[in-house]
Amino acid sequence: MSTKSSSKGSKNEGKRDFLIISTYTMAGIGAASVAWPLIDQMNPAADTLALASTEVDLSSLEEGQAITVTWRGKPVFVRHRTPEEIKLAKEVSLDDMRHPETDEERVPNEKFIVLVGVCTHLGCVPLGQKSGDVKGQYGGWFCPCHGSHYDHSGRIRKGPAPTNLEVPSYKFLSDNVIKIG
Amino acid sequence: MSKSKFKNPVVKWIDHRLPVFSFMDHELNHYPTPKNLNYFWNFGSLAGFALVTMIVTGIVLSMNYTAHVDYAFDSVERIMRDVNHGWLIRYIHMNGASFFFIVVYIHIFRGLYYGSYKAPRELLWILGVLILLLMMATAFMGYVLPWGQMSFWGATVITNLFSAIPLVGESIVTWLWGGFSVDNSTLNRFFSLHFVLPFVIVGVVILHLVALHRFGSNNPIGIDVKGTQDTVPFSPYYTIKDLFGLSVFLSFFAAAVFFFPNFMGHPDNYIEANPMVTPAHIVPEWYFLPFYAILRAIPDKLGGVLFMFGAIAVLFILPWLDRSSVRSSQFRPIYKIFFWILLFDCILLGYLGAMPAEGIYVLLSRIATAYYFFHFLILFPLLPYIEKTKPLPISISEPILGGAATASAFATREKK
Repeated sequence: MSTKSSSKGSKNEGKRDFLIISTYTMAGIGAASVAWPLIDQMNPAADTLALASTEVDLSSLEEGQAITVTWRGKPVFVRHRTPEEIKLAKEVSLDDMRHPETDEERVPNEKFIVLVGVCTHLGCVPLGQKSGDVKGQYGGWFCPCHGSHYDHSGRIRKGPAPTNLEVPSYKFLSDNVIKIG
Repeated sequence: MSKSKFKNPVVKWIDHRLPVFSFMDHELNHYPTPKNLNYFWNFGSLAGFALVTMIVTGIVLSMNYTAHVDYAFDSVERIMRDVNHGWLIRYIHMNGASFFFIVVYIHIFRGLYYGSYKAPRELLWILGVLILLLMMATAFMGYVLPWGQMSFWGATVITNLFSAIPLVGESIVTWLWGGFSVDNSTLNRFFSLHFVLPFVIVGVVILHLVALHRFGSNNPIGIDVKGTQDTVPFSPYYTIKDLFGLSVFLSFFAAAVFFFPNFMGHPDNYIEANPMVTPAHIVPEWYFLPFYAILRAIPDKLGGVLFMFGAIAVLFILPWLDRSSVRSSQFRPIYKIFFWILLFDCILLGYLGAMPAEGIYVLLSRIATAYYFFHFLILFPLLPYIEKTKPLPISISEPILGGAATASAFATREKK
């Protein structure tokens, strides 16, 4: 490798560059494909994903009552709204809302509202499910951690939360049974 | 060393205050290494690689494992079936233990053949034996964690070894168990220790490397390096050689992980632990079999335990048992023969450890055990008085460049 003509040398340098780059590329691909299983094992496992949906029977839920069910480890609020609450939720003006959404967009069956019971600010569970709970200025839910007020449609009306309470994907299997997830 | 050897200003700034780059440059780049090392010198870095692999996969497994008698077995099955790539990670960890021992055993026999334990490398060797001992403890406790039948009964048998100690034996066993049998407390403490001991091993490995770099590697001829003409810089010569060896190692390792993952395991460990039923044949993992054979060869409970631990204890004092000042077996015609007998003896002990303790196997175990201790306690101290060693070359370079008759093999190999 010492005494070679310059033209031969540059040709070999090109070869060497190719070998070095392709070696490093293959080593990089190899390292990444070894790293991936070690990282991906922290994602939800097959048994966790298998439990990702929950069925809820609403037949015993009276008007004005609410229940909290667990879905994917989080509370889901289901409330049987009274006619006054429905009326309030539908008639309010969207103009000064932080996250304007109509009640129809959020609640397919106007009697039953289904929400993920996690405040969109920093993840606390808002009050308002039990009859004695503080429900906030708008009568829906109130987060005690940092004072977010939600209305009868779970929309943010006052306080630090940036968006409305999330509506999980769910569907009515029959008139009284919903499947969340 | 001049401070301006680094071009990058950030590296230069840091190195002036915290000379980690100088250290790495000195120990991994310029580090003068004998130029005649053969492939048996790859196994040190391979052992280091195996240790890192075990720690990384182990940490990841612990994220998905539950150390409780009611859930341990199921949590391992969940890793195998449900956790993303869990089967791969567990098979790497499981087979990694076996491969770690394969590599370390070859590393140890390399040291025995080339006399790497002799002055001034006694502490280097002792630290190595300490690593082996820690590895055994770690591997044993790790094997208990899946909480299968072999886990449970292996734990029961091995912890019961301590009951052979006179007077306090029973109390020690109760203390080890944290109860009156191997149970949840035992599993919990084994998990805790199995997690922490590998980091203790890392610490001892660092000491092992500090001791290694004090005098540098031994070499196949076993004579000291006389000057720079006998060495090459570690990088790129041995970094490339180690990486090549690593890729060969990984080929075998991947073959085991993907095609024969349970070859070195035992099917009974896929049955959940049952404290009421002992499996018909309980056998330790293959890497403990030679020691297990020694344990069973001695027809006395305490004696068996003492001889089994003695088999490792003799390794600690080996640098003083071997009275020969010649390191490499290449120049010890008689010892060279006995070296191969010792290797065969250890493999035979391994085979006998897997066989039932009856008939001819008992007799053979006793002969093999006797030879093992004869080799260390009698042969090593006395052989130098009888053996006429071959003349040593003047330097590492001499057999290659000087064309001395003693090492014509090297000369022909080096001629391109």
